[in-house]
Amino acid sequence: MTTYEPAIHFKDVRYSIDGKPIVGPITGSFPAGRITTLVGPSGAGKTTVLKLCNGLLSADSGEILVQGEPVGSMEPTALRRKVGMALQDAPMVNGSVYDNLALPLRLQKMELSESDAVSWLGDVGLSSDYLHKKATELSGGQRQKVSIARTLVNHSDILLMDEITSALDRGSRREIESLITQINEKYGTTIIWITHNLEQAISIGDYTWVLIAGELIETGESRILEDPSDERVRRFVRGELQ
Amino acid sequence: MSPIALSLTLIFVLIPLLLSRTLNLGLEKDTIIATVRSIIQLFAVGYILKFVFDSDSHIYILLMIGLMIFAAVHNASKKGKAIPGILPKITVTIIAVEVLTQGILLGFGIVPATAQYIIPISGMVVGNSMVLSILFLNRFTSEMEAHRNRTELILSLGGTPKQAVHTQLTDSIKASTIPTIESQKTMGLVQLPGMMSGQIIAGADPVQAVQFQLLILFLLLTTAVVSSILLGFLSYPALFNERMQMIRQTSN
Repeated sequence: MTTYEPAIHFKDVRYSIDGKPIVGPITGSFPAGRITTLVGPSGAGKTTVLKLCNGLLSADSGEILVQGEPVGSMEPTALRRKVGMALQDAPMVNGSVYDNLALPLRLQKMELSESDAVSWLGDVGLSSDYLHKKATELSGGQRQKVSIARTLVNHSDILLMDEITSALDRGSRREIESLITQINEKYGTTIIWITHNLEQAISIGDYTWVLIAGELIETGESRILEDPSDERVRRFVRGELQ
Repeated sequence: MSPIALSLTLIFVLIPLLLSRTLNLGLEKDTIIATVRSIIQLFAVGYILKFVFDSDSHIYILLMIGLMIFAAVHNASKKGKAIPGILPKITVTIIAVEVLTQGILLGFGIVPATAQYIIPISGMVVGNSMVLSILFLNRFTSEMEAHRNRTELILSLGGTPKQAVHTQLTDSIKASTIPTIESQKTMGLVQLPGMMSGQIIAGADPVQAVQFQLLILFLLLTTAVVSSILLGFLSYPALFNERMQMIRQTSN
């Protein structure tokens, strides 16, 4: 099996809400420069794992290292710019597509040039015609593309994708999948992608984490999903755990 | 007003009671409780005010204002339970607004420094500040709940908590102060303010009553705007921890 340098490493990480364990203990790594898919039934703690990666949540115990640095010692805004996140429903702020693309820089009191905005739009397969369209008038697939482009504006080394294709039709899903692959190849960005779609997890992911009931059951190259060694994962793959 | 005339005002209580009974509205019990409470509370306040005015002691004035603030804070804080530590924030807000407005009124000699002026004006300021705090808290907690994903978006793009709640905060401040501003626009056209009407009925010169009413209107404008802004800026940091995370996160 190939070994990769970790972009993010979890060491005995636990997280609970009001004393109820949500995830952990988890020990494992997300390889740098690769696409890792995070799969598991609903309530497995997948979104929690993503939020622990970019500091939207903090672990109760254990250690999370981002590019070798403990997340607790990183300034939260710097950590979140380094580890970007595209949210499931691709929320847009009021205004145009440009306003949304400029948002990450405006939060730092900087401006995004129109030419840069057009270039980021090009990276997600949208033409410059979209730049001054109202963000609320976009289709679901277009919103997700703008959401991904907006995350790219921060030049994040790591991108977290929280079920970004779950509400899209097959055509839009394929487009986003190919887009993420291109971004990964072009910028060497580490991608961590939550998906319910096992076919997608195998075809897009280089690497996979299988979470069940807050536990990391299996990790490895995505083909492990074709022949899982653990009975719980086999049941999940067969669709018996939802 | 003679005791007989005062007793006859109860006709205005009998009318809704009879209507409620006839139409089975079920309002009788609440109407009677409200009537009895208002009679007891207002007479009690009347006698207390008479005592305080006669004694002309600053301690009693401060005590009265303290009681008003205590009652207002107690009432308003029930509406802000979603915000951790809301009680001291509302206390600071109401005290700050009272100090600011009385400081301007007394400092510039706009009104005389006597109980007759300080207590009723404080009542209006504290009461208005309480209502504005409740309006603001209602709106702010529902805005935060409705736009949770927007807050999360700004945080995940590297924004600060202040940037993450900016829109929700300003929308809530605007929404809670708009009723005060709007009611001022129609003042005198649609309604005669209660205080001015009371002064005119009591025999005061209408123009002088208008002057005092303007003072109160402008005072309440400051009260409204300062209360919601101050409470807003004191409240939002309590929704985040030192790692700039939303408190009470729920994830699947």
